[in-house]
Amino acid sequence: MKVWVIATRELRSFFDSLMAYIMLIAFLGFSGFFTWLYGADIFFVRQASLQVFFSIAYWTLFFFIPALTMKLLAEENRTGTIEMLLTKPISDWEVVLGKFTSVMLLIIIALALTIPYYITVANLGTIDHGATITGYIGLIFMSAAYVSIGLFASSISNNQIIAFLLALLISIFFHIIFDVLSYSIKGSLGSIFSYLSLSNHYDSISRGVIDSKDIIYFLSIAFFGLVGTEAVIARRNAV
Amino acid sequence: MDIVVDNFTRKYGAQKAVDNISFTVKTGEVLGFLGPNGAGKTTTMKAITTFLSPTNGDIKVGPYSITNDPDEVRKLTGYLPETNPLYPEMPVIDYLKFVARIHGIPKNKIQDKIYEMIEVCGLGAEKHKKIGELSKGYKQRVGLAQALIHDPSVLILDEPTSGLDPNQIVEIRELIKRIGREKTVILSSHILAEVEATCDRILIINKGRIVADGSANELRKRAQGKEVLHICIEDADPNVVFEALKELNTVETVDFVKDKPNYYEIQSRTNYSSRREVFRLCSDKNWFLTELTPLETKLEDVFRELTLK
Repeated sequence: MKVWVIATRELRSFFDSLMAYIMLIAFLGFSGFFTWLYGADIFFVRQASLQVFFSIAYWTLFFFIPALTMKLLAEENRTGTIEMLLTKPISDWEVVLGKFTSVMLLIIIALALTIPYYITVANLGTIDHGATITGYIGLIFMSAAYVSIGLFASSISNNQIIAFLLALLISIFFHIIFDVLSYSIKGSLGSIFSYLSLSNHYDSISRGVIDSKDIIYFLSIAFFGLVGTEAVIARRNAV
Repeated sequence: MDIVVDNFTRKYGAQKAVDNISFTVKTGEVLGFLGPNGAGKTTTMKAITTFLSPTNGDIKVGPYSITNDPDEVRKLTGYLPETNPLYPEMPVIDYLKFVARIHGIPKNKIQDKIYEMIEVCGLGAEKHKKIGELSKGYKQRVGLAQALIHDPSVLILDEPTSGLDPNQIVEIRELIKRIGREKTVILSSHILAEVEATCDRILIINKGRIVADGSANELRKRAQGKEVLHICIEDADPNVVFEALKELNTVETVDFVKDKPNYYEIQSRTNYSSRREVFRLCSDKNWFLTELTPLETKLEDVFRELTLK
């Protein structure tokens, strides 16, 4: 499966470049610190739930994902390796999906490394397993949306920093701006913003409710991001 | 595998980078693309390798069209781009394995193929190094290896020896010649001597159009027309020699050569050669002929003449 060939190459590249280690350490560092040690941490909240972790991860992933996706296509554009890739018998879609998969795998590894949190809390009190699992699922869906946005931003630039900033810029609309707008604007426009706001959908999933509305939301963003990326790659033929 | 370029045009915006060119490369032929920078060589190569699609026209590699069956064309072509883009953080072997898997080479054959490429391209000592650590010559070999690993019938090489030192250039040229025996090769270069040495046929492109097409000899003949000889005759009165040379019936013009006493430049009439006449003249008059050299129109001059318009 050529998607897998691309995915494994990118994943290995993340680890070779130490990017993966830095991200994992930073992610676990932040998550651990704010979940267990500081501020509204688990011991402060005094509830056997990983909600604290999920709300921290809501923000750490938001920042880390553009950092992970920024090089995926921007670097290939800059060095010209995209030309090598696209003259091989591999489709544009296989390239896009392969790169998407590689970052998703890295995120899943990062989340898997927080299982010790889950085990710890489960031993401290009665944890709602369903809510915890859906919390993780919510994080994965959210990541899928942001990774595809990041991949799109990377595809239209040959500069990693621009890719990073553009990804953040697009993502922040979904992350908080639409939410803020939905409070200040009433009526049907307000409810449109409310629907577009990622935090609403994330909250409902992480509360333990898997509603098709939310799944469709996340998958739609991921879909548009990936389709946009593929279109950009194919656009090199535009005259 | 023949390559047929059929009225191929490619525009970038309003500018025509390649303007309605057509040519054919036969199986096993090694074709040299010559042209000034910006002439359209790289654009044409990018189209043959399916990276770009034509604004107009089509290109066929074997029975497959780049517009309709790009994937089939990709399986048949190996491409070494001008910039030889590589992943610097990957070791050579890992990179070749990656390329092999992208080409869909069966898993059990990959190892053998990689080692075959390492051998053919002379990468034995470097195979575990990261690509970023290699010298330019070795990077070029890695680029060639990735172009060859799937055993393509067609090889497209964009300036394969650019930036290499003379030793490396000779090695890559030998490699290309060896490969060129069984495969159809198109290579582009600015080094005219190199194109002449490795190619069966030369295409000169200028401003998106083909301005010359033929073997090195044919191109020279076309530009040459008249034979030019450089002669050195010693121990004789230059004026006497001058008059005698002019008298020869195959000779059109005679000139002294600046700063070179005893040297004369003779231009013969069209389709005539004066070499025997000059020799006989000297032996009749007992003149000491020390040099009798035909001046070949350099390919550089052909190139300049055709591309400076």
